[in-house]
Amino acid sequence: MRFGIVVFPGSNCDDDCRYALEDVLHQETVYIWHNEHELQKIDAIVLPGGFSYGDYLRPGAIARFSPIMEAVRRFAESGGPVIGICNGFQILTESGLLPGALRRNERISFICNDTFLKVRNNNTIFTNTCTPDQVLKIPIAHMDGNYYIDPAGLERLRSYGGIVLSYCGPSGEESLSEYNPNGSVAGIAGIVNEAGNVFGLMPHPERACESILGSEDGNFIFGSIIKALESGSGRWTA
Amino acid sequence: MFKGVVRVLPKEGILDPQGKAIEGALAKLGYDCVSNVRSGRYFEVNIKADSKPEAQKALEEIARRVLSNPVIETFSCTLTEVQN
Amino acid sequence: MSNGINSDMRAKAIELGLSSAEYDRILSQLGREPNLTELGMFAALWSEHCAYKHSRALFSRFPTDGPHILQGPGENAGIIDIGDGMAVVMKVESHNHPSAVEPYQGAATGIGGILRDIFTMGARPVACLNSLRFGSLADDRTRYLFSGVVSGIAGYGNCVGVPTVGGEIQFDESYTGNPLVNVMCVGLARQEDIITASASGVGNAVMVAGAKTGRDGILGASFASGELNEKSEEKRPAIQVGDPFTEKLLIEATLEVIKEKLLVGIQDMGAAGLTSSACEMAARAETGIEMDLLKVPRREEGITPYEMMLSESQERMLLVPKPGYEEAVAAIYRRWGLDCNIVGSVTADGMLRLYERSQMVAEVPAWSLSTKGAPKYVTESAKPAYLEELNSFDLSTVALPTDYDDCLLKLLASPGIASKEWVYRQYDHMIQNNTVLVPGRADAAVLRVKDTAKGIAFSMDGNGRLCYLDPYTGAAAAVAEAARNVACTGAKPVAVTDGLNYGNPEKSDVYWQFARGVDGIADACRELETPVVGGNVSFYNETNGQPIYPTPIIGMLGIINDISKTCDYAFKEAGHSVILLGETREELGASEYLKVCAGLVAGKVPELDLKTEKRLIRLILELIDRKLIASAHDLSEGGLAVAAAECCIAGGIGAVLQLIQSDSAIGAISDPNAIRPDALLFGESQSRILISAPPEAVPAILETAGRYNISAAAIGTVGGSNLQIAASRVYVDVPVREMEQRWKNSIASCMTAQ
Repeated sequence: MRFGIVVFPGSNCDDDCRYALEDVLHQETVYIWHNEHELQKIDAIVLPGGFSYGDYLRPGAIARFSPIMEAVRRFAESGGPVIGICNGFQILTESGLLPGALRRNERISFICNDTFLKVRNNNTIFTNTCTPDQVLKIPIAHMDGNYYIDPAGLERLRSYGGIVLSYCGPSGEESLSEYNPNGSVAGIAGIVNEAGNVFGLMPHPERACESILGSEDGNFIFGSIIKALESGSGRWTA
Repeated sequence: MFKGVVRVLPKEGILDPQGKAIEGALAKLGYDCVSNVRSGRYFEVNIKADSKPEAQKALEEIARRVLSNPVIETFSCTLTEVQN
Repeated sequence: MSNGINSDMRAKAIELGLSSAEYDRILSQLGREPNLTELGMFAALWSEHCAYKHSRALFSRFPTDGPHILQGPGENAGIIDIGDGMAVVMKVESHNHPSAVEPYQGAATGIGGILRDIFTMGARPVACLNSLRFGSLADDRTRYLFSGVVSGIAGYGNCVGVPTVGGEIQFDESYTGNPLVNVMCVGLARQEDIITASASGVGNAVMVAGAKTGRDGILGASFASGELNEKSEEKRPAIQVGDPFTEKLLIEATLEVIKEKLLVGIQDMGAAGLTSSACEMAARAETGIEMDLLKVPRREEGITPYEMMLSESQERMLLVPKPGYEEAVAAIYRRWGLDCNIVGSVTADGMLRLYERSQMVAEVPAWSLSTKGAPKYVTESAKPAYLEELNSFDLSTVALPTDYDDCLLKLLASPGIASKEWVYRQYDHMIQNNTVLVPGRADAAVLRVKDTAKGIAFSMDGNGRLCYLDPYTGAAAAVAEAARNVACTGAKPVAVTDGLNYGNPEKSDVYWQFARGVDGIADACRELETPVVGGNVSFYNETNGQPIYPTPIIGMLGIINDISKTCDYAFKEAGHSVILLGETREELGASEYLKVCAGLVAGKVPELDLKTEKRLIRLILELIDRKLIASAHDLSEGGLAVAAAECCIAGGIGAVLQLIQSDSAIGAISDPNAIRPDALLFGESQSRILISAPPEAVPAILETAGRYNISAAAIGTVGGSNLQIAASRVYVDVPVREMEQRWKNSIASCMTAQ
């Protein structure tokens, strides 16, 4: 499968995503520059982590106006799989492709740490290789990962299974006061849109694809996308 | 030439962790007289336009579309004419 | 006019930080009086920070060559061959004075500067480390500085996408007015991609790339070369502001032009900005440079030549493209959103000639401004009077503790020893997917080298208190500790970059400390075969005449041949044996225990035998290579008890240790009367490592230690929920939970409490 990794000025996890997808998972990858107006022939889009435009103004607020985002929007609207990681998630909410917003961490501090995530919905393009309530160990590294959505929005998310990943303890413990690292509403770590093809998450699956780095659970996320595409259940025509 | 000022604040009712932290720090420094601290952003822009209404329209669009995130923030604008 | 008695210019020279004698030297080198712009250039380049006036006379004492060394001191950073056609590029820089006045930006721009020193050579920065010193955390201002510096390092480093993977932080009243911020950056490159900073090729274009120039930090180099006092706050405009977003773009564009082989030479603009980079590039190539300053993109109107030459605006590079490739270079910078403009050309006559359009505004020989022309000083050194008294302090007068548990917990909570998690959670230490041993797990940071079987390990170490009491041994000990630390992760120590932090070198006792420190480092590096590939000297770390402890910091690189064989320090399994390698003597002097529990800084520093240290390092490397051990931890502040506690906390498991052995000796421990129990537990004898291993491996370990002639004794077993240490009786018996609580929360509670 061919993954298009969009690169904005200031993106810095683009190479890590390429490495995970290409060197570990043996997929094809191609970089897509923010100034392009057209996507190349690709099967899925990755919006990687980093500090696009320095996180100046608000994280993702400037990147979302990049020329390439129009093509990303069209790709998403036609059902193509889009995964936004960390800054990528922020860009997706800023551009309205996902509901809600990412705000400053509750403790006003950058946090780099492993987190444990419970799979709340394993019926998506991005989690179909997971078992229900499976616990994944995937690290976070962010200053603005505090997911916010208003009560009505939260209801709507819940109604269609939009909450895909939420923070939990190492064995799936649900105590948010203990395990929610950034104050996110309902401990939300990753959500999907109603059509099920646009996924945003704050943790970095590309940092958890090799045991030498501490966890291989990121392979569940990328592996699910690959499986969905290969079986045709994630395919679209551009 | 016009000078626009945009103030962006978190929506009322939304938790403002930065405002809260600042309020706490002020209290520790002895300023118990202070309450309801909210932390936001302040922007100044120069706008070249033929009329004040035209500049106002541009400023509000900029404020709504770019300078603030309507999901979590509100904004207010003021505009003055300046000599170039 | 040219009789040299123009008192205005001379007075101005002195105002800018030059001495009267230095002004005479300028007159003699130029053959005339300098104009204001030229004078400013001399003031900046002949500052201590840029010219190393009081230190470079001693640099020849360092060993700088070795089988792995591709480039020693002299370029922007050192280059070490790590095999597989790859090289590590590394350097340490200090940003002490700016951080004392504006901690966030001081630290942030320190990171920016050291990053540029690395990628200007064509190496991608893959890790940063830092060594920090502050006063006591009980102090408001110290908490402000500490918090600001950590935020600045995090803010800049995280944004540019370079992981901050390790370092050290210590707190002592000695640093109250003079925090130390020493930052280290490491880059990786294919050897054929490395480029130097030479402006060669007469007629080649000279270009400026990166951010626009403003009035930032004018004469920042001179600021860094003077003591701090009440007036320093007023100098705030000399503080530069960093823009990590621009730096990230600069990294990508610069690495691209270097990889495409479009350049002859490139240098970053750091201290003394355009003056320093132009002068250094020309001096290296023995060419000259002429520039039209009006062609340099600027953020403000009306910048004078003086300001342009001395501005320390960040995120700028000076480069010399291959002839005919100027537009190709500019196109790449522009694609990344950066300016890149031709501002001048390389000439043959060795002069730095500056113009505004066709009007010449300055003309100085490049060699004159460089370290070739700058004065070199040697102060008469004298051992300070107080040292004899301090060293001969009778430590037998120090009472034994009544509660050893309490001493241990106090030490674990002491901010220098306590967990630094509050700090490293703020650093992205995982980005770039190379970090194999993250902070808090091992004695050094370990990164893998993709596409090879190798790993590289890094540690930064130094002990100001040891150097205060014995500047020679303390400095040698810093090298030994750094080498030991990387060895404990399975990496062979191969090269050093240093950050030497001292007071006012014009004072004979400070200069003595410095000279002894250089000797200590030189001797240790020679014996341990870790040449010095570059580094930094920061003098004038004094406030109101009171110098800091002499604090040389050593950044050590180690190479791991097989990344699957690394080692951390957590105890792993109940039933494993605990073995102490190395000799313990009664050496309480200079210890953290003496300071924290008895309020004393005195005594002789622990002996260091470099030959023993070398054998110990070889021993631990062999043990790790043969996969005989489960954990390894070097002993330093807090001695054996603290090291054991750290191993327990990391492993979440206790240990029972008995230091009196019936048959084998741990130094003099076989005789319980020969060594005070507090020295046994908390003394900081050098060259010791605490390891744990499955019991079946113990005979092989002891046999191997015997071969290397290193004392080794099995002192106990991993297991239980307490750390228990006994000698003639049980001295320590503390639950691991309690130790962890005190150790883990200490710094966080200091920072949130007040």
